[in-house]
Amino acid sequence: MCKTCGCAIPAAHTHDNVMDPANRFTIVDVVQELLTANDLTATHNRKHFDDHGVLAINLMSSPGAGKTALLEATILALKSRHRIAVIEGDLETENDADRIRACGVQAVQITTGTACHLDASLVHRALHRLPLAEIDLLFIENVGNLVCPASFDLGQHLNVTLLSVTEGHDKPAKYPVIFRASDLVVLSKTDLLAVLDDFEPSRAAGALRALGVDIPMIHTAARRTISINGWIDWLESQLKSKGQRPAAEEHFVPTPQEATPCA
Amino acid sequence: MHELSVCQALMIQVADIAKARGAEAVESITIEVGPLCGTEPALLLNAFLVMRSGPASTAKLLIECCPVRICCLECGFKSETAPNRLICGHCGGWRTQVIAGDELRLLSVEIRMPESMGRRDHSRNAEQIFHV
Repeated sequence: MCKTCGCAIPAAHTHDNVMDPANRFTIVDVVQELLTANDLTATHNRKHFDDHGVLAINLMSSPGAGKTALLEATILALKSRHRIAVIEGDLETENDADRIRACGVQAVQITTGTACHLDASLVHRALHRLPLAEIDLLFIENVGNLVCPASFDLGQHLNVTLLSVTEGHDKPAKYPVIFRASDLVVLSKTDLLAVLDDFEPSRAAGALRALGVDIPMIHTAARRTISINGWIDWLESQLKSKGQRPAAEEHFVPTPQEATPCA
Repeated sequence: MHELSVCQALMIQVADIAKARGAEAVESITIEVGPLCGTEPALLLNAFLVMRSGPASTAKLLIECCPVRICCLECGFKSETAPNRLICGHCGGWRTQVIAGDELRLLSVEIRMPESMGRRDHSRNAEQIFHV
């Protein structure tokens, strides 16, 4: 809450304390989120997705949890019914985009160099390389990292976080910010549970519940396509209800460098 | 390491505020960083020391850290809690709302105006704010 006028966030504004003419110092009270610029660009992205009827899903996890493998299996299961595209985020290489293209759908690779997360402006540039009018479902595969991606809205409609059974059931307790921001947690590589004696799905669900949220957890084993049915059903229900989502309200004119791809 | 990105966004906001008022320099910047915002105050301070520039090149960064507080949606009890244990301290219910602790916000910027606009007066420094 703004200490000067008592108003609530998110209405960003400033108050300049009345400056004594004899005093060269002024304290400007500000009420503004630090990531306002990113959030505005994210809203702009969401407007693009909404205008074209695209459901955008931000897929996050630690490196190696199986995001790309899940996408490969998902594309094979869904591409006859829905038009899918993928934005891939990695520090280096086109490897993941190549794997997605090999499944017969469009992929744009963002290589972030040393950056540990995708942000809204990177996604904005990438989405203008895709024919949004020809896409129903867009996956944004974030950089493998359970920390940084959680802080940056990309304009997605839904956040999905993968937790692979080789990682440990206490991951939600260790990384509360990212798991709390999720709409769905996908427990991946569950076919390995049979040979792992130290991962209990019920304890992972308990750690998730301790974050004060009711986030569903779906089991998958993407290398066994028969074992991603729960995930596919969830996606189908989200696609069905996408028209009922409130449209993004945009009060933002992109800066010149952001606007270039829109022209 | 996304603290560098957060700091970069902060520096742009501060530079805009200083420029709009014709400030000569930025003396201090006060931000609020909650444990659930995903940004580490100590790392943000390190990033700031590397990235501060222009009129803010000697500015101080003051970080207010507030604890996580939740309100139980079942019994209405408000409590302070750990970032990974957002369940009611009274009834144990998990349907809770975070009422504080996820802030990542610019609160104030102290600027110094050029000499022509008045004499210096030290009485208005924001030193009372907790400095991380």
